[in-house]
Amino acid sequence: MIDTLRLSAEDALGLVERGEVSAAELHGAYVDAIAERDPELHAYLRVVEEPNGTAIPIALKDVIGTKGIETTAGSKILEGYVPVYDSTVVQRCKARGLSILGKTNTDEFAMGSSTENSAFGPTRNPWDPTRVPGGSGGGSAAAVAAGMAPWALGSDTGGSIKQPAALCGNVGLRPTYGTVSRYGIVAFASSLDQVGPVARTVRDCALLYSIISGRDHCDTTTVDVPPVELPQADDLKGLRVGVPKEFNEHEAIEPGVREAVQRAIERCRELGAEVGECSLPRSVDYGLPCYYLIAPAEASSNLARYDGVRFGHRASGATADRVEMYERTRDEGFGDEPKRRIMVGTYALSAGYYDAFYGQAQKVRTVLAREHAEVFERFDLIVSPTSPIVAFELGARTADPLAMYVCDLLTIPSCLAGLPGLNVPCGLSEGLPVGLQLIGPQFSENTLFRAGYALEQAIGFEPVPERLK
Amino acid sequence: MAIDREQLLHVAHLARLELPEEELERLGAQLNDILAAVGKVAELDLSDVPPTSHPLDVVNVWDDDEPWESLSVEEALANAPERDGDAFRVPPA
Repeated sequence: MIDTLRLSAEDALGLVERGEVSAAELHGAYVDAIAERDPELHAYLRVVEEPNGTAIPIALKDVIGTKGIETTAGSKILEGYVPVYDSTVVQRCKARGLSILGKTNTDEFAMGSSTENSAFGPTRNPWDPTRVPGGSGGGSAAAVAAGMAPWALGSDTGGSIKQPAALCGNVGLRPTYGTVSRYGIVAFASSLDQVGPVARTVRDCALLYSIISGRDHCDTTTVDVPPVELPQADDLKGLRVGVPKEFNEHEAIEPGVREAVQRAIERCRELGAEVGECSLPRSVDYGLPCYYLIAPAEASSNLARYDGVRFGHRASGATADRVEMYERTRDEGFGDEPKRRIMVGTYALSAGYYDAFYGQAQKVRTVLAREHAEVFERFDLIVSPTSPIVAFELGARTADPLAMYVCDLLTIPSCLAGLPGLNVPCGLSEGLPVGLQLIGPQFSENTLFRAGYALEQAIGFEPVPERLK
Repeated sequence: MAIDREQLLHVAHLARLELPEEELERLGAQLNDILAAVGKVAELDLSDVPPTSHPLDVVNVWDDDEPWESLSVEEALANAPERDGDAFRVPPA
């Protein structure tokens, strides 16, 4: 009997390598877990029941292109789209023998913080199905938390890996910009988009990152990456940990979240780290407005390709001319959030407004990057809550787009600066997971893994939701 | 700077979005709220700050000039909403 709720990916790999369990049996055990729990949670948009690898299974967010498997990005405009090639990350997973379990739910085009913007219905949080799993990668996070996948891939533009990992109690890495290929990924905002791992343990997260990262000639933004070290030290001796006060004292942070994070910071001291306060005065206040200009501007350009010509939905019925076909196709195919962002982005890039909005936002981006660089002269990493709040009720924030945007308040600034970030569960508040965010300089993934692992051992967070035990 | 109905229709056309009346009204109100919030970036005096368009300091990335296999015509047309021989079929301009 395979206990998919507790089995780490590393242990699962060991079972297969030693021949104690076959790859097919393991795949089957996860398919059974999906059949049992996913009717309630809806983490998956598509399940691949047939085993298709020699090692362990993996779930993939549905923005990740998979040859022969429908890839929708949670949008009606891509319903029925079956890629004719694999994205680079999928090629790398297959080369390692990983077996694709299925495609996980996402906010439409990865735009959202709750997975409620999926055109195919929301995903629910395994800790409390009346609540959201976070987003946009709520499907991958919920699948891992509910033992419906040993690990998964997500994508992160402004927090879509880290924030759902925080709300579902798992480990998620947004890698340094340029470390993981985006070839074959549905593009949202190309100067921000990154693919990364979602896992149950820090070591699993590091292992999956080692499989997918590295330069790819199909994505010219990728670079060579330092060798990944699987963490094993359980102390933080010699590590300088900064606590940015704006990220830890913001009024949007719930008391229960603040307490759990404060305890984790105390743990850093106990484990031998030098902990000190620091300041990132403009990052929190200006990160959100900066992001919600840059990301929509890039999205309005990237999403121009959905025109009903080469793939995806085309408006049915006669259209007088091509422009009418484009306009009706896009009205029918896109949901509210992509439309909002396309409109904001088009406006911000239009004649007469470019300098005041997009140009200014790009300068703010420089300010945030410099501010972070200064802090990293004194510290190896900085810590804060990942999300200011725990998982909220479905529907609680859908009426007001700005209320939803605030979920990403603490994850966005480092994304704009191209920095890596790791979410590590650090406790519960009101019975729901709280995530600790570790941010380091570019290419400091090994430091994040080391710190995350030591904290994970010391905190002893139990990643299995109480109601599934 | 509130965005009026005429501007809204202009931006929608630039974005090739046909917005029905009901959507136009709802989106217009939300857009004004969002633009007011993101307009906060104007508070900072950044006349001396250069813009950042890309987070890494990577320039002129070249690949070796080696041919590799690309998609076949059949693959390229596999997801076409409508095709005509080896071409995508679209309504007249």
